[in-house]
Amino acid sequence: MSRDHVLHKVRTALGRSAGQPVEGPPPARLTVPEAGIEARIESFRARIEALAGKTHRAESMEDARSYVADVLLGRSAVASNAPILRQCGITRIAGVESGITDRVRLRELCSTAACGITGADYALADTGTLVMLASPQEGRMISLLPPTHIAIVERARLLTGLDELLSILPRPAEQTSSMVLITGPSRTADIEQILVRGVHGPGEIHVLVV
Amino acid sequence: MSALFDDKIHTTLADSKLQLAIYTATGRLIEKRRKAITPEGCPDYQELRTHANAVKRHTIDHLDYYLEEFARNVEAHGGKVVFCKDAQEVADFVLELAKERGAELIVKSKSMTTEEVDLNERLEHHHLESVETDLGEYLIQLAHERPYHIVAPALHKTREQVADLLTERLGVARETVIEKQTMIARAVLREKFLSADIGISGANFLVADSGAVVLVENEGNARLTTSAPKIHIAVAGIEKMIPRAQDLGVFLKLLGRSATGQPLTVYASFLSGPRRAGEIDGPDEFYVVLLDNGRTKVLADREKRESLYCIRCGACLNHCPVYRKIGGHSFPWVYSGPIGAILTPQFLGINHEPGLPFASSLCGACAEVCPVKIDIPKILLELRSEVKQADQRQGTGRLERMAFRVWAWVMRHPHIYELAGMAAASLAPTADGGGWVRSVSSAINPAPVRAWLSQRDLPPSPPKSFRQMWRER
Repeated sequence: MSRDHVLHKVRTALGRSAGQPVEGPPPARLTVPEAGIEARIESFRARIEALAGKTHRAESMEDARSYVADVLLGRSAVASNAPILRQCGITRIAGVESGITDRVRLRELCSTAACGITGADYALADTGTLVMLASPQEGRMISLLPPTHIAIVERARLLTGLDELLSILPRPAEQTSSMVLITGPSRTADIEQILVRGVHGPGEIHVLVV
Repeated sequence: MSALFDDKIHTTLADSKLQLAIYTATGRLIEKRRKAITPEGCPDYQELRTHANAVKRHTIDHLDYYLEEFARNVEAHGGKVVFCKDAQEVADFVLELAKERGAELIVKSKSMTTEEVDLNERLEHHHLESVETDLGEYLIQLAHERPYHIVAPALHKTREQVADLLTERLGVARETVIEKQTMIARAVLREKFLSADIGISGANFLVADSGAVVLVENEGNARLTTSAPKIHIAVAGIEKMIPRAQDLGVFLKLLGRSATGQPLTVYASFLSGPRRAGEIDGPDEFYVVLLDNGRTKVLADREKRESLYCIRCGACLNHCPVYRKIGGHSFPWVYSGPIGAILTPQFLGINHEPGLPFASSLCGACAEVCPVKIDIPKILLELRSEVKQADQRQGTGRLERMAFRVWAWVMRHPHIYELAGMAAASLAPTADGGGWVRSVSSAINPAPVRAWLSQRDLPPSPPKSFRQMWRER
């Protein structure tokens, strides 16, 4: 039906014929700067904090666990199935639900929990961005529905920026149906250009680098 | 220029509050962009623009190839691609699917393409509730208006107006604090997200090598729209294509900076198909609606094809001296500002609003800030020429043509030119104290000239002409 109709109109407009090959597009333009791990961590933290996110450099797994416990202060939380959260002992903090594999249950918990706790597949130093790939380990709702999002990033996962991500992950669709880049708390400026945080997604974000 | 266009412009110009709102908001957006493209913030900004233009040119010139590649890849990941030739086909597809699945509630994230096809109205006509979830879009949906700006749809609304709107439509107590207004909307929309059957989004980019839809946003409503309901439908114009995921390195950097001065928006979602085996959540069904609706007509026109490179950042609106005075609602269609002035005549025909290509000073600011380097002033000139050619075919505009013929003849004859100059100087009005002339007597002000003069002041006529001074030197 309309598929053939539209494709035919496109080809006619361009003066091309069906199946006519294409010489490749201009080469991809990706520039990956040299930056040591310390510089990356500093840049990453500075960018997130400039967006009113909070960061913490955890010296140990125990340090990460105690930071998260302090943020929670006994409030309810949903943790993803990322192995790092278990390794840090975060899933054992009182009030933290984890190990959820059922969509309905995950959504119910996320819509009432105060915090969502996740890992991150990568982080981007030059923009302060978390890169989250949906998987059996990471549901989409945990970093989205609760008002506070806490993410644990392993330092080895800290890339220089978007270009490095796209260099090592040239085809994200081969791994996941959803890759989301998160740069700071949810925000809007739709009324009189006044900044308001937490309009639909989390208004508060904590990122721990371990 | 149609009377309606003229009327809307004058209404906007006469509203001082609205003038201030437009001027302030666009001014802030100009400032944010300026800070984001400094040599420190984005050292290779100009190279990125050049590269983006080259990638878009290549993609649009071979669009059939990339559309097919895109469709293959969406289908390989379990999604479906639906080509639609017009607005009716989009609505029919959504209605049919909603009926089959027994859907009643639809949540929508911001999409100019669905505005273009009046999707909400068409769905509501069939008793389907379709709720906009971007805060600005939600407000203008409550007000039954069109977006005022491509990226800031409620740019023209003050907090007082929002307070009235929320009270009137939602029955809540009047609230003028913007944070609280936002939280009222959040609470209403959260309920909608959690009970919606279908989520409809637009697409900022379609990625051919991945079969992916890319969405950028700051609020999180697009993420909720595309991952909470069991069905996700993305509606996109066929021109939104880029060849590879790796091209996002260029386009995401340009889009965020040009639109709101952000190196990256808060969220950028790269979505390729329904949730996969093992993934805990996400939609079970994933559809991409690829819309023509006049785009192939633009594609066929080599001179103006580049209009389709647009990534809808809105920078040309913010920097346009005309948009900043006449605002978004004066424009005759959903796309406003310079990009609207070139898209509208090409999509809807030049007769839809023949005055539109002329509503520009051709200052070139739009082309200078365009992240994909669309030569908007050149296209405006082409469209002006088309309007005049159409006038000629219809036998209208005779008087204007005759006037210009006389003008050309006078200009070719120096002595006649001088005589005409002397005659004009003797007839010309004078202002007290040699100042500018702000009103002109009707003797030299016939109807066609009057409209032009009504917006302009004249300098006082000099005591001696240039030619006289030259002779006396």
